[in-house]
Amino acid sequence: MSWMVWTVPTAIFFSAIAAMLAGMTVWEIVSPTIERKGFLPISTTRGDRLFVGLLSAAFIHLGVIGYTSLSIWLALAASLAWLLVLMRWG
Amino acid sequence: MNKVYNNRAWLLVLPMLILVAFSAIVPLMTVVNYSVQDVLGPNASFFTGTEWFRAMLNDPELQAAFLRQIVFSLTILAIQVPLGIGIALIMPKRGWQASAVLILITLPLLIPWNVVGSIWQIFTRGDIGLMGWGLRQLGVDYNITRDGTDAWLTIILMDVWHWTPLVAMLCYSGLRSIPDAYYQAARIDRASKWAVFRYIQLPKLTNVLVIAVLLRFMHSFMIYAEPFVLTGGGPGSSTTFLSQSLTTMAVGQQDLGPSAAFSIIYFLVILLVSWVFYTTIMNMQKDKNSQGGA
Amino acid sequence: MSYQLDNTQPGEKYNTIFSRVTPTQRRKRNARSRLRSRLLLGLYLVLMILPIYWLLNMSLQTNSEILGSMTMWPENLTFDNYIGIFTNSSWYMGYVNSIAYVLMNMLITICVALPAAYAFSRYSFIGDKHLFFWLLTNLMAPPAVFLLPYFQLYYSVGLFDTHIAVALAHCLFNIPLAIWILEGFMSSVPKEIDETAYIDGYSFPRFFVKIFIPMIRSGIGVTLFFLFMFSWVELLLARTLTSTDAQPIGMIMTRTSTASGIDWGTLAAAGVLTIIPGVLVVYFVRNHIAKGFALGRT
Repeated sequence: MSWMVWTVPTAIFFSAIAAMLAGMTVWEIVSPTIERKGFLPISTTRGDRLFVGLLSAAFIHLGVIGYTSLSIWLALAASLAWLLVLMRWG
Repeated sequence: MNKVYNNRAWLLVLPMLILVAFSAIVPLMTVVNYSVQDVLGPNASFFTGTEWFRAMLNDPELQAAFLRQIVFSLTILAIQVPLGIGIALIMPKRGWQASAVLILITLPLLIPWNVVGSIWQIFTRGDIGLMGWGLRQLGVDYNITRDGTDAWLTIILMDVWHWTPLVAMLCYSGLRSIPDAYYQAARIDRASKWAVFRYIQLPKLTNVLVIAVLLRFMHSFMIYAEPFVLTGGGPGSSTTFLSQSLTTMAVGQQDLGPSAAFSIIYFLVILLVSWVFYTTIMNMQKDKNSQGGA
Repeated sequence: MSYQLDNTQPGEKYNTIFSRVTPTQRRKRNARSRLRSRLLLGLYLVLMILPIYWLLNMSLQTNSEILGSMTMWPENLTFDNYIGIFTNSSWYMGYVNSIAYVLMNMLITICVALPAAYAFSRYSFIGDKHLFFWLLTNLMAPPAVFLLPYFQLYYSVGLFDTHIAVALAHCLFNIPLAIWILEGFMSSVPKEIDETAYIDGYSFPRFFVKIFIPMIRSGIGVTLFFLFMFSWVELLLARTLTSTDAQPIGMIMTRTSTASGIDWGTLAAAGVLTIIPGVLVVYFVRNHIAKGFALGRT
């Protein structure tokens, strides 16, 4: 495994993703999602909204890292806020 | 489409999942790990945080390659889609001629990509290639190793030659699924050829065309072997596309960190585009099903 | 002022409103448009074949003829280039290696893709849509992204420079493709067939092998064709994961360029030989291939 050169931040990152997937699965078993239409132009399930949220979070991070001198934590906070908005009203 | 809800279906998916995950997830994790470090050797690496990402996003050479890539992909789509539809419309529908044409048309798709490069390298050489020699005889100053425009045009021509068959085959299969009754009705109505195309054939084609555009866009976005063999990315860097910049950086210069960061950006762009296409396809199918059900 | 339809002449009889062309004229017109489309198609095919013909032409010439003069067909027909390839094991082993990993990949892929495609076409389960999308992203992922980790991964598990390594690596895009095509073919088989079989007391494995697989034979044939095609034409991963023992033919072809110039004749002959397996395979599935290109969905 040493060739994978793990670091603490990336390990946390992947654990968070795995935890999210596990959480979504449990949530789905407890109360199955209903497809609905929010402010996004397509009707989505919970999983779709999570995916849209994560993908836009990635691009928010890239934008902040590449073209501004803002802190990456700010990007993270913005992404989390956006993710919550999406999950609730998307 | 009323599928049975049954989570035991996961058991059927599992073997496939393990294999694909082995090939996809482990390498992807490794790429992410590389991207935040300066990897010098097996046990010598330094954490660099987001430095590589910042460097890659602001690298003028990569930005140029990205722009070239987009221009290239849109150009070949603009040529291949209409040409493919046109060919599909004039392909014979039945008999031995249909089989023969099918086999001939798929031929370019079955040639290994680097051989496609070799074929065109030979074909366009001024001294031994039919096209290069012929153009020179006609008085055209054609040289793909020195003239950037010639190299560009040749690569586009090569890609059109290589991949138009895919679009044509997709459209052909879409056309074949139109029942004869539709054409008979059109004949009774004395519909013009254009009307037949616009109101019978084109609607049937939209489904396959979305798949064609998706596949063509994605494949052209990762084009590597053909231009690598044909022009080597030159002259200068006028035909260096994304995959080639990436491979040069990763394999040629052994810059693991930067190339990993670049890979992730590249992958995110692909992910975004394929999600948009996928959602479009799925929504189209859903619309069709709900219409059929009503 | 009299009522006048816009495609009639004044004073024309009613029945000519529908057609001002007689049946003979129409037949002639149809024949002419057919001829025109045949000509266009012929033109396209000729232009398409030309580069391949040129390769074939060069493969049958000696290097001195290739470089010496412009000949539209081989004047001194020679098979030396082909003989050279078939008598040199370092050359023909390239073909053996390529075919070996392609066949392995086809076998592995179809075995795991069949049940998975069945699951996608018949059942809905937690995360099915997202799983399907994830599979497709692998089809779209540029191999260049995965090059380095692949090298490291297969090196660390001791599979570097083996056929199975390339076969497994090609699963990355071939399994998603196979599932996508097979799912389309399976969805067109009515579900009543499954239900009847279960009522008749078939177990799932027996039903799947005895009834279901024969029903989608043509779909499987077409899928195998596509698996062959994409594994055969891919070089970047195959090249990265091999060094000497399992080197694909595409890599060996680069050997023709040496310090003393390029051996054009051998390069052309090797190129022609890479096209032949594809032609053989496409011949077998020619009747179903059109449906396969639409992923079984038309």
